Amino acid sequence: MKKIVLMGNPNVGKSAIFSRLTGAKVIISNYAGTTVEYTKGYLKTHELKYEIIDVPGTYAIDGSAKSDEVARKMLEGSDLIINVVDATNLERNLYLTIELLEKDVPMIIALNMWDDTKHKGVDIDVKKLEEKLGIPVVCTCGLTAEGIKELVDRLKEAKTAHSKHKNSDDIWKTIGDIVTETQRLSHRHHTLIDRLEDLTIKPATGLPVAAGVIVMSFWIVRFIGEGLINYVLNPIFENFYKPLIMHLSNLLGSESFIHQVVIGSLFEGEIDFGLSFGLLTTGLYVPLVQVLPYILSFYFILGLLEDLGYLPRLGVLVDNLMHRVGLHGYSVISMILGLGCNVPGALSMRILETRRERFIAATLMAIAVPCMAQIAVIIGLVGQRGGMALSIVFLTLFLIWVILGLILNKVLKGNSPEILIEVPPYRFPQLKSLAKKVWMRTQGFLKEALPYVLLGVLVVNILYFLGIVDYLANVFTPVICKLWGLPKETIGALLIGFLRKDVAVGMLGPLNLSDKQLIISSVILAIYFPCVATFMVLVKELGLKDMAKSALIMVLVALLVGGLLNIIL
Amino acid sequence: MSEQKKLIQLKAGEVARVISVVGGMQFQRKLESLGIRVGTKLTNVSSHFWRGPVTVRVNQSSVAIGHGMASKIVVEIE
Repeated sequence: MKKIVLMGNPNVGKSAIFSRLTGAKVIISNYAGTTVEYTKGYLKTHELKYEIIDVPGTYAIDGSAKSDEVARKMLEGSDLIINVVDATNLERNLYLTIELLEKDVPMIIALNMWDDTKHKGVDIDVKKLEEKLGIPVVCTCGLTAEGIKELVDRLKEAKTAHSKHKNSDDIWKTIGDIVTETQRLSHRHHTLIDRLEDLTIKPATGLPVAAGVIVMSFWIVRFIGEGLINYVLNPIFENFYKPLIMHLSNLLGSESFIHQVVIGSLFEGEIDFGLSFGLLTTGLYVPLVQVLPYILSFYFILGLLEDLGYLPRLGVLVDNLMHRVGLHGYSVISMILGLGCNVPGALSMRILETRRERFIAATLMAIAVPCMAQIAVIIGLVGQRGGMALSIVFLTLFLIWVILGLILNKVLKGNSPEILIEVPPYRFPQLKSLAKKVWMRTQGFLKEALPYVLLGVLVVNILYFLGIVDYLANVFTPVICKLWGLPKETIGALLIGFLRKDVAVGMLGPLNLSDKQLIISSVILAIYFPCVATFMVLVKELGLKDMAKSALIMVLVALLVGGLLNIIL
Repeated sequence: MSEQKKLIQLKAGEVARVISVVGGMQFQRKLESLGIRVGTKLTNVSSHFWRGPVTVRVNQSSVAIGHGMASKIVVEIE
């Protein structure tokens, strides 16, 4: 089987082409750094089968940067390169092209974003370009699949061009020659989109717009989320599912252990989906009714902003503020991804350059950025006590994020590097690819979360049955009762929080907590430790040593903040 | 006559050409990979207060450059 690598600058649409070629499902967005891991896929033509690897974007391969090094490694042992080139940005993209040509691996160019060239006033003579480079060039548009068939048909024409250059100046000279001969730029008037691009990045206009976008986003996420819960999923569960489960409950007999595990406790002879805590009651209700609607609506809005190309602009706008906490603006994207789920948030931190930055970003996210599953249950539970209680929870988390960031930036040695990013042009989100992305992420949630939630509910029941919860409750009484002012039964939620945060918050429901206790325990559950999925990824990304440090900070912050809230509130 | 300035001193809408980049090889390579090198023509789109980044248009793309980096790029107004 031949091995093909897809290489190109960041945000030129490699993943879009990859998914067209292989049918593999990958996340595609309009900003640099969406792909941080290698994705493998397969392509079958008439007689040959290819393995295709989607390589994270890089501007060069012969430099000393880490991304260069990784890209060089990927090249070894490959039989063919598909170099994806942004047609609207020919000159800059050709640098990597020429470097790749020097590797003497057969290569073909996908001149992508071809559909954008016309209205951008870019005219490229493709025949001439093929001649100059000495390899085949195919015009493509990954989003609409234009040119993909031709690209596949011409794979066998891929060849080497034996190009040699002494240094980067030499390469730029060659590029200069190629560009003058093959590309004509016509002057064009500024369009409305250009003006929007400028207005949303200038601070005077961009900051108010950013505030508006954020407020609107939260409002829409909540509107769609609550709408789905109150008018669709809750009625379905209450009217159709509950009678079924009640029937099962009668069959099992409410005293048996099986009943306790499957159905849970009854309240005045009735099932309460939020409080019963059986596998088929709360175990399904939390992920499918309380959380799923928020996951859907959040990923819908996130996808819109991603595909539009707004997020990097937000990064530029908040860059100077992010510097105070030792990060640069681009890490705001990791934080926003973290709001969906901390796992992709942590993975996206790979594009941060230094260990220091990754440590700060990961620690801040793990402590003060709750995931949407957790947020959904907090909104459901704390929201019943009024908007004030809810605001205190999120304001506390925000303050922790800022204050801890300021401290880490002061205490940790070294500086964090500055922002240097390409700001993508605005593109109209395509409904079909947006829907696909929302579905992929939601599926990911269902596949990852559902088993864990069910496992969590099962473990709760077993731990209670074995008396382990009671034992630990007594051991940790000083911290939980004295320092935080919570009933010792909260230990159950804290234990399950290691597994799944949404279930953990849900476990606070049956405890009859006061408003103050509910606020404190919700905050502590968010900060004291990441869930197991996030923990594993963070160990992999930060290394065991840094993760241990980070975890120590988490526990200390939880002790401190819980104690402070207990005194203040 | 043309005048030389640091990139951070450029006003919004001003067009300039890069004269020199003060900094190590790695820094120069990084800028180069985004299409910014000696001789490049760029347009300032916006500068941010409080030591925020400078956004410039280079060829067909926009690039945001941190304040410290932008202060090491010397340009000549056209």
